[in-house]
Amino acid sequence: MPPGPSIASPTAQPSALTPLRDSPPPASLSMPPEMPLETPPVISSTGSRSTPAPAPPTEALRRVAPTTVTINTPAKPSAEPTGTPRLSVHGLSAFFGGSCAVRDVSVVLPDRFVTAIIGPSGCGKSTLLRCLNRMHETLPLARVEGQVMLDGQDIYGRAVNVTALRQHVGMVFQRPTPFPTMSIRDNVAAALLTASPRPSRARTDEIVERALRRTALWDEVKDRLRDSAVGLSGGQQQRLCIARALAIEPEVLLLDEPTASLDPLSTQKVEELVYELRRDMTVVIVTHNMQQAARVSDRTAFMLGGELVEVAPTTTLFTTPHDPRTEAYITGRFG
Amino acid sequence: MTTAAKPPTRRSGVYPAAARAGKLRRRHAVNALMAGLVGLAAVLATLPLVVVLFYLLKQGASSVQWHFFTNMPKPVGESGGGMANAIVGTLILIGTASLIGLPVGIGGGLYLAERRGSRLANTTRFLADVLNGLPSIVMGIFAWQFLVRPFGHFSAWAGGVALAAMMIPQVARTTEEIVRTVPVSLREAALALGYTRWRTSLTVVLRTATAGVVTGALVAIARIAGETAPLLFTAFGNQFWSTSLNQPIAALPLQIFTYAVSPYDDWHAQAWAGALVLIALILIISLVARVATRGRFATASD
Repeated sequence: MPPGPSIASPTAQPSALTPLRDSPPPASLSMPPEMPLETPPVISSTGSRSTPAPAPPTEALRRVAPTTVTINTPAKPSAEPTGTPRLSVHGLSAFFGGSCAVRDVSVVLPDRFVTAIIGPSGCGKSTLLRCLNRMHETLPLARVEGQVMLDGQDIYGRAVNVTALRQHVGMVFQRPTPFPTMSIRDNVAAALLTASPRPSRARTDEIVERALRRTALWDEVKDRLRDSAVGLSGGQQQRLCIARALAIEPEVLLLDEPTASLDPLSTQKVEELVYELRRDMTVVIVTHNMQQAARVSDRTAFMLGGELVEVAPTTTLFTTPHDPRTEAYITGRFG
Repeated sequence: MTTAAKPPTRRSGVYPAAARAGKLRRRHAVNALMAGLVGLAAVLATLPLVVVLFYLLKQGASSVQWHFFTNMPKPVGESGGGMANAIVGTLILIGTASLIGLPVGIGGGLYLAERRGSRLANTTRFLADVLNGLPSIVMGIFAWQFLVRPFGHFSAWAGGVALAAMMIPQVARTTEEIVRTVPVSLREAALALGYTRWRTSLTVVLRTATAGVVTGALVAIARIAGETAPLLFTAFGNQFWSTSLNQPIAALPLQIFTYAVSPYDDWHAQAWAGALVLIALILIISLVARVATRGRFATASD
């Protein structure tokens, strides 16, 4: 029998990639083909990797943020969660009528980490994600069992206000969903309408600008904030949706295959954004794309048939997976 | 031999070249014939409208003069009579019916779409369909029984309610159909932002569907604007100027009916003019709606 889902995963092993990581990145884009897990140069440029540090721990290089924000970003010496996690799942099962989409999943989603959930189609990864902000139950016949703890409180508890919860746990979907009747500004400000007290017009404009700046959309749209959001390109729309989710300052951001309908360039922009967001919040990203999981995530969870097979630091999972099923999947033997 | 074992395909030689050409010609002929028939049906479908408009213009245009809009009806033989009271009366009736019918109809339609599986929704949908097919005179009787008889007199109210009762099922069903075309993903996006269900329904779903809902509402208004039967014993008609909701009120369809069945030629001319004005009114309502719903985002979403 393969080992069951592991919450406490093995410590990050210095992987085969370590020497490459510690050395300065190649000057050109010509990455050796045997390095599919390496982050692309553009992402690495956000860190301080271009100046080779004197042999820090494996993960530290990816973790080091630009100097301006170092105060906000505690150094993460490894992809192992430390301290109390913000978000954790305990024995969660999700159903559609009689069929079980997610079976008894327990996993810790550490704060200020990006956790990727990978797995073949229909393995329940999106359903698991949708259980984290109680969106699963909005579907007909949907049912959830188990616990999801957010800051020490079960979000399926009796006293929980679901709409308030969803403001703490933002979500971005596979296809961009700008509200077609609203302008770009109003789209970003949409969630602020539910805040109480509702921010003033000037304050709203500030928040909108900040959210758009965070998603690197401000320069592209600042002259047409009053225009319809439908006029934006697909990639811009998706970043708009992320800005919309960020405007209310969620503690957790759930991304459900956010780049599935985007072209490579837009995908890259969204990935850079995800990389930035880990400084401020817990990010959980569901993806079909293993390379993407490798590029953007600190930890990766592999799901199969509704069960969580394995969760580990990303480099560990992709280089030395514990479970033979994980290995079969990441080496492309199925899925 | 593998080539011999290969089954002959249509393209590769079951038919000789000449037969293939003949078949192709036949297909072209059938295609042309069908296209012609469908085109003819399209022309026939619009023909009644064109004929009616043409005939109305021919018969009524000469009687539509300024005084037709400003003057009250005059006794037979006196020239310069108009239908000012009937035009205003029709507008009041449409307004009353819309005030009652649109909120109920749109709200009901939203409910039908948002809770489509619930027992109340299913029952309501079935009843709305039955109501839609109900003869309009029956609506008149209903309004008479509950709004005329107990009060002892005809009233604009009763007429408005009768017309509203005709609008509600139609508006509800068209609203439901339109709202159902709003993608689930938009609804989910709103819910995921922490919107409550009612806020999602109103500010995202219904607002996205606005153009369609308004169009549906205007079709319903245009339909009731010409209704005569429900008004016969509710609004009743009035030869005098009245804008009171408590009094019998004049209406264009009623006036047209009264004048058309009269034996006087100048009243017939007035009836034609009234019909033309009624059609023009409906046309204007539709045009205004088109312009109003075009909005600043409609082109972007196309």
